[in-house]
Amino acid sequence: MSEPVLKVEKLKKYFPIKRGLFEALTGHPERVVRAVDGINFEIRKQEVFALVGESGCGKSTTGKLIMKLLEPTDGSIYLEGQDVTELKTQEEIRDYRRKVQMIFQDPFSSMNPRFRIYDVLEEPLLIHGIGETRAEREEIIHKALEMVRITPPEDYVGRFPHQLSGGQRQRVAIARSLILNPTFIVADEPVSMLDVSIRAEILELMKELKEKMSVTYLYITHDMSTARYFADYMAIMYLGRIVEMGPAKVVIDNPIHPYTRALLAAVPEPIPERREIIKELPIKGEVPNAANIPPGCRFHPRCIYMEKGLCDVKHPQLIEYEHGHWVECHLAGKI
Amino acid sequence: MTKNILEVKNLKMYYFASRGVVKAVDDLTFNIKKGEVLGLAGESGCGKSSLGFTLMGMPTPPGKIVGGSIKMEGRELVGLPEDVLRKEIRWQKIAMIFQGAMNALNPVYTVGYQMIEPLLYHMGMEREEALDKAQKYLELVGLAPDIVYRYPHELSGGMKQRVIIAMALLLEPELVIADEPTTALDVVVQAQIINLMKKLKKELGLSMIFITHDLSILAEISDRIAIMYAGKIVELGDSKKVYYEPAHPYTQKLLAAIPRLHEDVERLEFIPGQPPNLITPPTGCRFHPRCPYAMEVCREQIPELKEVDKDHYAACWLL
Repeated sequence: MSEPVLKVEKLKKYFPIKRGLFEALTGHPERVVRAVDGINFEIRKQEVFALVGESGCGKSTTGKLIMKLLEPTDGSIYLEGQDVTELKTQEEIRDYRRKVQMIFQDPFSSMNPRFRIYDVLEEPLLIHGIGETRAEREEIIHKALEMVRITPPEDYVGRFPHQLSGGQRQRVAIARSLILNPTFIVADEPVSMLDVSIRAEILELMKELKEKMSVTYLYITHDMSTARYFADYMAIMYLGRIVEMGPAKVVIDNPIHPYTRALLAAVPEPIPERREIIKELPIKGEVPNAANIPPGCRFHPRCIYMEKGLCDVKHPQLIEYEHGHWVECHLAGKI
Repeated sequence: MTKNILEVKNLKMYYFASRGVVKAVDDLTFNIKKGEVLGLAGESGCGKSSLGFTLMGMPTPPGKIVGGSIKMEGRELVGLPEDVLRKEIRWQKIAMIFQGAMNALNPVYTVGYQMIEPLLYHMGMEREEALDKAQKYLELVGLAPDIVYRYPHELSGGMKQRVIIAMALLLEPELVIADEPTTALDVVVQAQIINLMKKLKKELGLSMIFITHDLSILAEISDRIAIMYAGKIVELGDSKKVYYEPAHPYTQKLLAAIPRLHEDVERLEFIPGQPPNLITPPTGCRFHPRCPYAMEVCREQIPELKEVDKDHYAACWLL
């Protein structure tokens, strides 16, 4: 087995909540939001690893920690064996950013509206000192645009972002993320703002570029169907923890954790017969506030299988339920 | 045979913008029966929301209805004066759940205050009576009646969307137009809202137009489906027929672009190019520049909706 490209160990990120003056004076203890609360995973070369969960589960925070846009409270992130949290000097961080790039959700706001497409793509080259002359950089930019099928590039380099459609803009964003030949890409909901027909095109493109550029992806999404299509492995997050993890197909076809089952039951499918049935979801209530995480298993207040005296008291451990398929549930295999 | 509750014929609504005339709703004809849900799908900018606003009798300026007819229970709505529309039609006959409406609740008033406003002005109800009715409707959509005393910021996204649905139902309309009622909600909440709408359809016999770009959600609720492309309906029919035997190449491509949860798909199809500009739409069939089967006739003549099967129509020269 090859060494993992990215390895995340016991990663934690807590955000402090500001106390009011009254709370500070009365000696109220400082509270924190435990956005990411001790997660472990590995991604191997040219694999796509999907982090799936609802808003507020900590999936985007994990992405930002890997990008070094946030500093972790605790834990480590290794890229090709090097501990990322140890990088301190500007040069070290700049080198790291060359290897790790990000694609954002919203192609409408991830580009400077006053930059032409040429400038959008030239900026990373200038920062990292790639291409000695303008002609050299221009060639790199044209190649990058051709790779994402913005052709002919001459027609597009002079345009502003608002002159492109949503799909084209997202393709420029992909070109920008690949222009430095990174080893690792964090794609945070890259298709969720796009129309269905364009969504498929972007996913196909990202898949194709994975082979061509031998990149490894962390795919952050709330959409199980695209995760199954695009990802090799997936992890389901709930309130800062990974509750289930394994090969994407195994998790979807044989979900063990009650939360995964509920998420899967909620996915709409293009099957018209389903309109006849009203299927109650196997989940109670709503996601609690991450500043106030329930004791024991953090899913227990919403779980329909909850066992009193066990689930509401004891924190479950992530166990290997079957080869390569991990679950964090006291009742794994019994429900 | 159940009666048609809404009959739309050759409806045209154009935006008279400074850049030119945008033909957002161009010659649409369809009916809705009592208790039926019509799903309206299409990419952004195809005119599906414009159609919703037009049916409410309030095309967004500079939009104007330039032709055709909208008949609600036999009564012609096109050309009715604004005050008649407001007093007799809007909210009482046709209600709309606007896209993103849950974020438009007024933060400084309680939910109850905002809900009873139409009851006070439209129905001339007393405050007490109106509050009672609001509470009854909150229970109908699965919320606790004491929500009337809460402020919007105290509610979650799913709860706010339920309040919006209750508000749309308050004057007991015959037809509800729901414009992307589940976008921006998490999957679990989305499924709960869809379940609620299925329940309302069953219990109240509500007729609905459900607008979304997501064909998976649409399948969960629609009896019939209309697929819109560039201001026109290109396919219309019973939802089983549209999903299992799509007749129009656009519908076929759209369905092939959806990743499936329990099936292995080797490659997803996609539609190259982008929807056309509606100021100067392509001649002939508007889909021809993106259609893999485009022929000479497609470039020259506009195809009409043809019956391909019982209650299944498509506008394509291939048929």
